[in-house]
Amino acid sequence: MALPQKLVQEFDQLVKKYPDRKSGLIPALHRCQEDLGGWISPQIIEDLAAYFGMEPVEVYGVASFYPMFRLRPVGKHFVSVCHNISCELRGATQIMEHVCKKTGAKPYGTSADGKFTVWPVECQGACANAPMIDVDGVYHEDLTNEKVDAILGGLKK
Amino acid sequence: MKPFQTWLLDRTKNKDSHTLAAYKQAGGYQALETVLKKPMSPADVIQEMKVSELRGRGGAGFPTGMKWSFMPDPAKDPRPRYLAINADESEPGTCKDRVLMEKDPHGLVEGALIACYAIRAQAAYIYVRGEYRKSYDRCQAAIDEARKAGLVGKNILGTDFSCEVHMHKGAGAYICGEETGLMESLEGKRGHPRPKPPFPAMFGLWGQPTTVNNVETIFNVPFIVSRGGAWHAGIGTKASKGNFLCGISGHVNKPGVYELPFGVTAREIVEEVAGGVWKNRKCKAWFPGGSSCSLVKGEDLDVVLDHDALKTKGSSLGTAAMIILDETASIPQVMDVISRFYDHESCGQCSQCREGTQWLSQIFHRIATGQGLPGDVDALDSLAKGMAPGKTICALSDAAAIPTLSAVRLFRAELEECVRLQKDPIPYERVEYAGAH
Ligand SMILES: Cc1cc2nc3c(=O)[nH]c(=O)nc-3n(C[C@H](O)[C@H](O)[C@H](O)COP(=O)(O)O)c2cc1C
Ligand code: SF4
Ligand code: FES
Repeated sequence: MALPQKLVQEFDQLVKKYPDRKSGLIPALHRCQEDLGGWISPQIIEDLAAYFGMEPVEVYGVASFYPMFRLRPVGKHFVSVCHNISCELRGATQIMEHVCKKTGAKPYGTSADGKFTVWPVECQGACANAPMIDVDGVYHEDLTNEKVDAILGGLKK
Repeated sequence: MKPFQTWLLDRTKNKDSHTLAAYKQAGGYQALETVLKKPMSPADVIQEMKVSELRGRGGAGFPTGMKWSFMPDPAKDPRPRYLAINADESEPGTCKDRVLMEKDPHGLVEGALIACYAIRAQAAYIYVRGEYRKSYDRCQAAIDEARKAGLVGKNILGTDFSCEVHMHKGAGAYICGEETGLMESLEGKRGHPRPKPPFPAMFGLWGQPTTVNNVETIFNVPFIVSRGGAWHAGIGTKASKGNFLCGISGHVNKPGVYELPFGVTAREIVEEVAGGVWKNRKCKAWFPGGSSCSLVKGEDLDVVLDHDALKTKGSSLGTAAMIILDETASIPQVMDVISRFYDHESCGQCSQCREGTQWLSQIFHRIATGQGLPGDVDALDSLAKGMAPGKTICALSDAAAIPTLSAVRLFRAELEECVRLQKDPIPYERVEYAGAH
């Protein structure tokens, strides 16, 4: 399977930003993860390798270095919970426990119904509004258990 | 606290502050126009930056004008050259660049254009950490608007100055905030820092002369050009000029990102700006500028914030991201979190860092969870001394060692007590994860 035409067209524009087209690899990995199922599958690795004229192992070596790229399938919604210091000082542990209880997922795991993956992450730059979680790429800050309920409850429907 | 003038966050309070219309309304792009039409030569701009005594806001505090003057003379070295703007902002506690990018992205674009003019770069790349989607989108929208208005691209404002500004997305690695790790990452590789020399001014992005600056550094540039370097040099302390963005987090009533002049004391910030330590408690200890600098004791809050004064307390300004710990905080538990972070983020090229960060994390974890071994505190000290200073390719190893050494220096008794009791008297409340990352 090759990359969808839409992405190929996008990448053709993307690589023009750089004197060396390989610089487009990380942004391209992001776009694939966003559009093609939420994780970087072996197929995506092969397709991007072909597009950038690299060996698949080189692409894999890059993708596996960066915490934002997921190399296994994930749930429908991806919940990152910051567990770095400013969040820990203001109740990140309690938020983590609550998120796990609500979603049925364990840290670094996916709920049995496949709806949620919960991932502890390092500082997200929201320290002055701690604690925080990121749900499907959107920041939620100054959290309480009630706010978490509202955010996750709003998603399920 | 004495009254002081502000500029960094002023426009963020305006309606639709992120748009070109609002930015122009507030006098935006006039500095660029002055530079191009007066005209100032690139050397004039660099001179003004030197006079301003602006020091980089990425953590190291390097004088910006001097850094720009390291770029080779284009007559002798005609290679293409670049500006890389460091928007990776991943130092724990640091959350200031995001405010500028989300609320005043044109300020960054204008700063980028003037900086490129001064160092004669043909393009700026803004490397934003991948999680900052809003920052990325706002900056990209600003670039698009500016391009339509003839402010980015070919023949800017009808002059012969041409310059591109590009957004680039990282993917969540702290080490890509280190300037050479950033360049490797921007080239599409793993973010493995490069040995220096060669320095970026000679061998940077794609092997070409490159300057790397922090977002807040570049954001100051249009103000300095418009108002003059002498204006900027007139504010602050001997060591540090101007205003800085202070992100204050942890145990205070009003955490936030505040604009303050160098020379305020930490106590003024905690008590007058951030509403005091929460729950009427006392401050036990604090980080002045992110988790990579030394802890300072709570009784030392009267120290002035600048690049020199904090050294008298054995610490440093770092990113000016103050993290406040109240009297109920457990130092072993705080260090458990922080040392885990460096272990997670080490790129693994240097053995001192790869092994050292792992050991620090394991030892702090076992002390904090009541499994400390006799001799663990001394082991932390000797490990950290083997990791820094300057023993590795980049300063991440130092960043892990420095807070460790300060914890042992200031809180040895507390650490040893946890080992002796085989538990932390302060309950350990974090979730234990099986099969981490
Ligand atoms: C491990 C590590 C992480 C860093 N992360 C950042 C960062 O996220 N943002 C930043 O501006 N500088 C960061 N720096 C500092 C940069 O290497 C560099 O000094 C800075 O971007 C230069 O900009 P300035 O002169 O404007 O301060 C980091 C340094 C190290 C050693
Ligand atoms: S000091 Fe650590 S992070 Fe820096 S290059 Fe060496 S191993 Fe990598
Ligand atoms: S520590 Fe959680 S966002 Fe910075």
